Amino acid sequence: MTFYEHVRVGECLRLGSHLFTADAIRSFAKSFDPQPFHLDEEAAKRSQFGALCASGWHTIAVWMRLMVEFQKREIQARHARGEPAATFGPSPGFRDVKWLKPVYAGDIITYETEITAKRVSASRPGFGLVTLFNWGANQHNERVMSFINTVFVPRLPR
Amino acid sequence: MPKIYFEDFAPGQVRKFGPRRITREEMLAFAADFDPQPMHLDEEGGRASMLGGLAASGLFTCSIAMRMVADGILLRSSSMGANAVEEIRWLAPVRAGDALTLRLTVLDTRRSRSRPDLGFVRMLWEMFDQDGGVVMTLTAPMMFGTRSGPNS
Repeated sequence: MTFYEHVRVGECLRLGSHLFTADAIRSFAKSFDPQPFHLDEEAAKRSQFGALCASGWHTIAVWMRLMVEFQKREIQARHARGEPAATFGPSPGFRDVKWLKPVYAGDIITYETEITAKRVSASRPGFGLVTLFNWGANQHNERVMSFINTVFVPRLPR
Repeated sequence: MPKIYFEDFAPGQVRKFGPRRITREEMLAFAADFDPQPMHLDEEGGRASMLGGLAASGLFTCSIAMRMVADGILLRSSSMGANAVEEIRWLAPVRAGDALTLRLTVLDTRRSRSRPDLGFVRMLWEMFDQDGGVVMTLTAPMMFGTRSGPNS
């Protein structure tokens, strides 16, 4: 993304893929979501999930990481072409977060984002608000999570 | 043996957790791993942003809230996880050194029609800073086993 004026509704951003390792799943869970099915293989087998799986918050945090990296690449490319670029954020909120299927150790999740709407911010005239629909799908092409967020994007200086 | 089941929740119930002091180190570590935007990494990046100074990633605040709910309820309950969050709102920046408290209010409860061994407890999570200001709210239905369910 770049300045608000350059944001194109309908554009789809391919953010990239991420391998969820058992170690990373346990490490996130130990700090933030120490439920047995996120920490321990044996306990997870006895749970409704059937195997060690990532905290839902971990699956969103990885989306965030890939989104930030995508933005950095985009800004570098724009600067290389001599075009203006701006950083987005922060976000006032998320909604309709859905964890549709467990993300198991060894799963590779591919994240994508569609720009669904944009409007000028009423409270902050220097910014626009852009709405994004985000999702992740596993290596079997099954959607595992999705959510909608809004993000502040600076308007071109006038 | 879990101590808290679906039947133990009723609309209007309030539970409070914390305070939990946020260190600069853990804020920066989360940002480095998951949200390396300038406003979450150092003072200068924070001052140049809408947040007016170094501030925690909103997802870090969610993760801390999750930990407080896990420690406060889930780990001694028949929790069966959650598959949705209706809404998250970040209302004010969280700074290093803030002491956060979480208030959970039960909005409504509903036994699953298709699976009598589980029920949904819809809760409002409100995170406050040490001055009583709301920094984040979140609404989510969480799943708990019933007393007659297989986890009882």
